[in-house]
This record gives sequence, C-alpha cells and structure tokens, in this order.
Amino acid sequence: MGDTTARTPAANPGVDWAALAKESVLTALVVLGLSVYMIGLKAEDVTGGLAIITRYDSVAIVTVLAFLLRAALVLVRSGVYLPVILVCGALAVAMTGLLGAWWATGEEMSAYLPFGDPVVNGLLDLMLIALAVRAALRLRASLHGPAKAMTQEEKEAKAARFVKNFSMFAGPALLAFALIYPFLPFVDRFYLDVAVLVMTYVMLGWGLNIVVGLAGLLDLGYVAFYAVGAYSYALLATNFDLGFWVCLPFAGVMAASFGLLLGFPVLRLRGDYLAIVTLGFGEIIRVILLNWYQFTNGPDGISGIPKPTFFGLPLVRRAADGGETFHQFFNMQYSTTDRIVFLYYVILILAMVTNLFTMRIRKLPIGRAWEALREDEIACRSLGINPTNTKLTAFAIGAMFAGFAGSFFATRQGFISPESFTFIESAVILAVVVLGGMGSQIGVVVAAVILIGLPEIFRDLQQYRMLAFGGAMVLIMLWRPAGLLAFREPTIRLWKGGGKPEPGNEKAAAEAGP
Amino acid sequence: MSDTATAPLLAVDHLTMRFGGLVAIDDVSFVAADRQITAIIGPNGAGKTTVFNCLTGFYQPTEGRLTLTHPRKGPFLLERMDGYRIPQEADVARTFQNIRLFSQMTVLENLIVAQHNRLMRASAFTLAGLVGLSRYTSAEKKAVEKARYWLDKVNLTDRADWDAGHLPYGAQRRLEIARAMCIDPVLLCLDEPAAGLNPRESHDLNRLLLSIRDEEGIGLLLIEHDMNVVMEISDHIVVLDYGRKISDGTPAEVRADPAVIRAYLGEEEDEELPPAVAEDLAAEKTHPERPGGEGA
Repeated sequence: MGDTTARTPAANPGVDWAALAKESVLTALVVLGLSVYMIGLKAEDVTGGLAIITRYDSVAIVTVLAFLLRAALVLVRSGVYLPVILVCGALAVAMTGLLGAWWATGEEMSAYLPFGDPVVNGLLDLMLIALAVRAALRLRASLHGPAKAMTQEEKEAKAARFVKNFSMFAGPALLAFALIYPFLPFVDRFYLDVAVLVMTYVMLGWGLNIVVGLAGLLDLGYVAFYAVGAYSYALLATNFDLGFWVCLPFAGVMAASFGLLLGFPVLRLRGDYLAIVTLGFGEIIRVILLNWYQFTNGPDGISGIPKPTFFGLPLVRRAADGGETFHQFFNMQYSTTDRIVFLYYVILILAMVTNLFTMRIRKLPIGRAWEALREDEIACRSLGINPTNTKLTAFAIGAMFAGFAGSFFATRQGFISPESFTFIESAVILAVVVLGGMGSQIGVVVAAVILIGLPEIFRDLQQYRMLAFGGAMVLIMLWRPAGLLAFREPTIRLWKGGGKPEPGNEKAAAEAGP
Repeated sequence: MSDTATAPLLAVDHLTMRFGGLVAIDDVSFVAADRQITAIIGPNGAGKTTVFNCLTGFYQPTEGRLTLTHPRKGPFLLERMDGYRIPQEADVARTFQNIRLFSQMTVLENLIVAQHNRLMRASAFTLAGLVGLSRYTSAEKKAVEKARYWLDKVNLTDRADWDAGHLPYGAQRRLEIARAMCIDPVLLCLDEPAAGLNPRESHDLNRLLLSIRDEEGIGLLLIEHDMNVVMEISDHIVVLDYGRKISDGTPAEVRADPAVIRAYLGEEEDEELPPAVAEDLAAEKTHPERPGGEGA
C-alpha cells in the first residue's frame, strides 16, 4: 500500500493542493516580511559616511526559495516522496559540486548559484540535503509497511535511554581524550588556547551547576565570584609577591565568603526575584572593581600577574632570579607551548576536582538536601532540614569553585580588568549549564564545547558564526527543551538492575536482566 | 474507649490565629494523647489546616501555647520554635494536603532525605563523608535499612528506584507517610491522607495508620473529610467550625452532638420558619444519626 502512494504521486489523493499553496504562500510572506529589512537593506561604508544599498534581488530569491522549500516539505508530509528525492537530491548534488569546485579552485562560481556568498549557498545546500534525506527516510518507512507508531512516552523513554548510555560511556572517553589532547598531531597553539578556554567554562559550568542544577537557585551573578577569585589572586600576587598555588585556596575562600555575603540577603527569595538580586550583585561587584581605583586600579586593570610554577620551577626561557627553570630541570628543549600545555593541565585538574567533588557531594546528605530543596522547600522544612544553612552552603561552595576558576583566569591572562566580568559572562555560563541539561555533568562539557569552542574554531566564518550560534540554540531548545543531556542518575539504588521497572522503561530493565 | 489515662502528648491552649482582620482560629484548645489517633474535622474553611500550620511552625500563632511533651526529651513550646526545628528537635512530622514529594528524586532518595539530620551528623557535616569514612558508610546503610522497613510497610519496595513523581496517586500518599515516619516522629500530623483514595486504598490506609499507632507507639493527629476513615480509626475527635471548637470527644459522642450536626448540615433560620416546620426539620436531621451514634 505504501508503494502505490510513492510510485504514483500524481494520483495520490493525499495531496491537498490548495492547502499546500496556502501554507507555502504564508511561509513565503513571513520570509518576505523578515528579509525586506534584514537582507534587502544594507548599510555600507562609503566615502563620506554610511550609505544604504538595496539588495531586492536577494529578497526575491529568498522568498521564492522559501515558497519552493515549504512546498516540498508539505509534499513529503502528504506522501510524495520520489519526485522530492529526485529534485532535491539532484539540486543538492549540483550545488555541492559547484561549491566544492569553488572551494578547491578558488574560482568564482556564483554565476551558477543563487547567492553570491559561499556560506549562504552552503546553508541552502544543507536544507536541500535535509529535505531529500527526510523524504528518503519516509519512503523507506512506507516500503517497510506501516511502522509501529511510537507514542510520545516511548520516544521520550528511548531518548532517555540514549542519554543515559551516552552519559555513562562518554565520561571516561572524554576524560581520556582530554588527557592526551595536547599531544594529538593536529593540536597547535591555537587549539590549545581554545581548549584552555573551553575547560575554564566547563569548570565554571560545573561550579554553577551546584547552585543552579542541584540546589535550584537561579544565579545570574555568578561572574561576580569569578571576579572575586581573579582579583584576590591578582592583588595578592602583585602586592605581596605570592605564588599561584599559595593564593589559590585563599581566592577560593574569598569567593566563598562573598557567596555567603550574597546568600544571606537572598535567602527568602525564589525564582525570578532571586535571579534579579543575583544579577544586581554581579553588577555591584563589577562597578566596585571599576571605581575603587586605589585598590583595584579601576578600569586600567592589574597587569603583570605571575604565571603558575611547576613545583617551584617556572616555565620560562630564563628564570628571573637565576634559578632553575622547568626545561633546564628536565633537560628539555625550551618551547613556548610548554607553558600553554602546563596551563591546560592545571585547568584540567581544577575542573576535574570540581567534577569529582560534585559527584561525591551529590551522594552525601548535603547534596541530597540541595536537590530536595530544589524540588520542594516546604517539604524540606517539614523534614527538619534547615533551608538557610543548606542554601548558604550551596552558594558558598558554588562560589568557591568560581573563585578557583577566577584565579586561573588571572594567571593565564596575566592581566585582568573589570571588562572581563560583565553580565554577558554570567549569561554564557548559565547558558552552558541550561543547554547542557540542568544537573548533568557531561552535559556541561558538551554545551561548553558547542557554545565556547565552536564559535572560536569557526571564527573564520565571521558574522555567520553568531547566526550559527543562534540557530544551534533554537534547535537545542526545539529538540531537547530540558537540555542536551538532561538525565538524572539516582544517588542511591535499592535494586541493582532488578526491581520493578518504571513505566516506559521496561525494555531497559529487561536488558539489564534480573 | 481507651479511658485509661494516656499521657497528653500535645496540648493546644487558647490557640488563636489572625490574618489581618480574618480570624482563622479563635481560641481553640484541645489535647492529643500519646499512642492515640486524634482527628480534627470540620467543614471546609474551618481552620483545620491552619491549626496544622501553627503546630508545624509554618505560621506563627497570634496567641496561645502549643506544648509538646516529648516522651524522651521533655516538653517543647512549639510556637516559639523555627519551622525546621520542630521536626528536627521536637520530632513532629507532617504530611501535606496537596502531596509534596521530591518528585524528581527516587522513592528511596525521598526516604533518605528524610533522615538528613542523622546522616549529616554521621558525615561530620560533610567532611567525613567527603573522604569516605566508614562511620558515614555504616550510617547510610542504616538509613537504607530504615527506608527499606517503611517501603515494606507501605508496599513500595519493588518501586524503590522509581522517580517519586511517576508513582500513582495512592502510592504517593503512602510514600509521603513513609517519608514522614523516617524522621522517627513522636507525633505524626496527617493532612487529609485519604483524599482522592478509592475505598480499597482508604481501607489499607486505615490499617497502616492503626499499625503506626500500635507498633510505633506514637501519637497521630489527623485532618480528614472521609468520615469512614475518621469514625473507624480515631480515638478522639475535635470538631472545628469557623475557627472555633464546637465539639470534642470520642467518635460516638461527637456523632451525637447536635452542634456538629448543625455545622455539617447547615443551620436553618429558625425565626423565619413557622415553628412546626422547624421542629420537623430538626427531627429529620437528628433522627438518622441516632442509630449510628449508639452503634459505635
């Protein structure tokens, strides 16, 4: 039965041409409305100021394309597979070929393509491929007879199983990868720098995960503790000539005290109100750093922050005081990347400490109380859990890790100023936690790579990287609204694989066996 | 009835709670005995849950005194204690009218969280737990055993690793009771435990509550609308209406009390009715209650 619909599309009564036309026209109109301003008009530098140039030809192309693509999508939905596969497939192959030739030879091919820019053409190519693949998958499903329709619950359970398995195996695999990363052949100075940056955000994400993911306290001012840690180290190091490893615990303690300081006034607040107050706190810290010139050097920042040493051995070409350096001690050739590799391992260790601490504390009474507090504060009180202390510990411990990360940031940059600690940083860290899936440790890693690493690596794509960033966010929210890897592993189990399975999870339990 | 003098576990003296101009509880006094089930009943809005909220520290009473005489630790003045210290120190546990479970945590975790304070001490406020001292490990094992005991009692053992939020409604009610029992209370306050249960489930609930009274030897305070549950298991009933106590006694006494009948079936405006009609109505109302009252 599926065959006939696929092979004789013209005779298919399922295609409602009027509805198809209506939907496609509507889509085209929306695209037209949006693109008139965003694509049709462009401000450009000319001699004597800015001029507006019009690109209505592009608007027309985009609108027509939107109409055609939407029509193709509706056709696929109403069971017309083969023509869509053929047309879209042929176009996609042609476009890929042209783009490939363009890339390989560097010869301008835009005459044969709808747009002048290779990236936009590439996006269109991807859409065509996606359409063809979608149609092909539907066709296969229809040839294999009516597929057993999955209910929403089954789909969710399937996704949950995948996420669970992924989380279990990805952790050790990612750690192994992270350990050998600096020695991989393609890793140069740039990739190392990106990795250090990503790892810093992973650590911040794991720290914020304690506050937001476990304790459920929405903190929009997390960057304040990051700043406190950075300035603690920078001021101690430049004023008292102390080293990184000595100052690190102190920076953590300082940040934790600021966590308590913020915690006290906001104890009664929840949700939106808490978010607003923490947001304000973050700004207060930044404004203080900016204006307390005598202490923090204001907007000029603090420079000359010393680098960390390897058990007292500095990683420089020649030690300042005539002492021994790292490469002399180990009889190695001096290389500037050594220092970056060392920084990479420092942040890797700091991040892993954060991770192990969180994993461990989840299984302790305080960690369970955090999660219980997230679920229901009133029930917590009725069980004799002191909500004040519980919240304060979450704030303080989360802040402590931000403080550690802040000291690392200061030592890596060698220079800090209040500009590095704006609200956008808090927002990015929070985005890492939320997109990764609240409370999911491995999710934070994946989200940090996507949100921090990819935009860095694709810097060559210029303005399109922000487009891709926004697009990725929208897709994640559409497909996995609870976060990429939202999965909560119970902290304790009564049954190891046995017990009565949960609804929608029978298959997993059957696989686990009694 | 159990007239043998049981020690008063909870004494509520002249409890008054005002919210602005609204008097939610007006000078209510009653006593709940140890090892007995005391039920608080009354029409909607009578102030039953407000009494509970005063008892468990969610509200600060406007006036009055709430004395809990702990069998082992001595007296506590509940109205002077912070909300979380009442379960922590005076060992008063409660459940909620709209179930409040930690729904994204598993059933077992719910019961472990309830033993938070004991585990906190065992983990030396997290420090010993972090390095994995055996003292904490054995304390956790004990906590799991206790949880297991209550899981068996409420018949949830094979669903111990489910998310609490995935349990059916009746099971969630039982889990909430088990969780409250995990803090080792001397007084368990249950806010409408039978609400939304089918007859079979509410029968099981009766047996559970009686076994808690008899085997654990603690006092229970119960708010309930389901009269089958109330009449069957209560040792003592307090009736509230518009924030005042209108009756107090054994189920049989309360059932026969005209004030209670008036509160539940409505008070007719005597002046506006012809005397004969009013008499008829009163006769109709008291009559069907009589056989039940005698039978209890």
